[in-house]
Amino acid sequence: MADFLASVGDVFALVRQPLGVGLCIAGALLCLIGSVGVIRFPDFYTRLHAASITDTAGASVLLVGMAFVSPTGWVVLKLVFIWLFLFMTGPTSSHAVANAAYLAGLAPKTGRRGDLTDDEGGWS
Amino acid sequence: MSDPVAIEIAVFNVILLAMLFVVGAAVARLRSLFAIVMLTGAYSLLSAMWFVTLDAVDVAFTEAAVGAGVSTVLMLGAMLLTSRTAKADRRWARIGPLAVVLVTGSVLIYATTDMPAFGDPFSPANSYVGADYLVMTAADIDIPNIVTAVLSSYRGFDTLGETGVVFMAGIAVALLLGFGERSLSANRARGETAPVRTETKADKSDHHVVLRVVSRILIPVIGIYALYVHFHGELSAGGGFQAGVIISVAVVLYSLVFGIAAALDAVPVAFARGLAAFGVILYAGVGFYALTQGYNFLDYDAILSHGADAAGHHGDTNTHGQHIGIILIELGVLFAVAGSITTIYYAFAGRAPEIRDEDW
Repeated sequence: MADFLASVGDVFALVRQPLGVGLCIAGALLCLIGSVGVIRFPDFYTRLHAASITDTAGASVLLVGMAFVSPTGWVVLKLVFIWLFLFMTGPTSSHAVANAAYLAGLAPKTGRRGDLTDDEGGWS
Repeated sequence: MSDPVAIEIAVFNVILLAMLFVVGAAVARLRSLFAIVMLTGAYSLLSAMWFVTLDAVDVAFTEAAVGAGVSTVLMLGAMLLTSRTAKADRRWARIGPLAVVLVTGSVLIYATTDMPAFGDPFSPANSYVGADYLVMTAADIDIPNIVTAVLSSYRGFDTLGETGVVFMAGIAVALLLGFGERSLSANRARGETAPVRTETKADKSDHHVVLRVVSRILIPVIGIYALYVHFHGELSAGGGFQAGVIISVAVVLYSLVFGIAAALDAVPVAFARGLAAFGVILYAGVGFYALTQGYNFLDYDAILSHGADAAGHHGDTNTHGQHIGIILIELGVLFAVAGSITTIYYAFAGRAPEIRDEDW
């Protein structure tokens, strides 16, 4: 059992850096996809959807990646706190924005796909 | 520049400054004041990131809390009192401001040629007194954060001036706009605010549940974080200014989510302005106490000079007086900043009509 744990530790030490870096890159790509969505999507709500979900998910993946490459446990603890904060504030602020837009009377765009490609109507 | 870290930092600086430029250009071009207010918030956040790359974490803190947090809310409050869009100005009327901007910009760029290079060890900031502070802090004050030592011990008089300026700014805004309380009660007397408030409470239970729950969790954490920043100021980045701003951000957040009337119940206007005045009095009082003990103004050795500490140090080699003095004046700064910013916020928020959801 001890041998097995030691070998698991060795494998972890080996894959820690590449895995962390890979997760960081994946998170950055998610954020990039979100930015593309904010520009490409047709109306306010779909753009907010793109910005909110990819930002929270991208930041979470980035933080997990950073936790893998972090030198000490204290850094991991701090990253956990940052993640908790982001996980609470990100969706809440998106909710507040969407809620305010809905209450202010902005209707989501509905219709066939061909009608949605132009950029009219949204709050841009 | 062959150092890869230096090149990385230089690339970051260039990218961040370019983004600042783009945001600034967008602010200059836009007419919608709401968008401009939001972009100035983004500008502040970008500058905060830039300050972090320059290793000025405490400045970044303040910029993020004041620039992106409090002043965005204040500008929104001011916008509610005036108009939502800027007036379009005539084309020829732009020439004068453009000329002023061009001349000022070229003078500033000319002046940068006289500035020392970034990190130059022989620059005025890094030689003379600056070098002395670095050497003397360990023996004189015995705290790790030299910024706090300079701010509160060596340059305590300047910081007293800054605290006074913050206090006076709060008082000046309140004198111009009213303390908030009075304008709110005037609204109530006219029967404008009171019925609206009870009505929106019923609405809010439908739509703002998520905001209220999350703020109820976050606001105490923000308060604890402010105290951490405050009491950790001797050891790491932070101190009274940052902590005061963070506390007032908590008050602003509470009043945004739960309504100005609830915030006034929790932190009354008189308490906020009294806190600001008490902070300045506490700071100056430490200085005058030193005077009465026969020391210089704000010389904290006066506080504990006669006793010996555990190691048997007496008088000037005993740094406990310095520590107590720094804690006291940082508390003064905390009270003055938190009270002043809350007073300024109330001055704006008390004048604006209650913001309803339909208004956005």
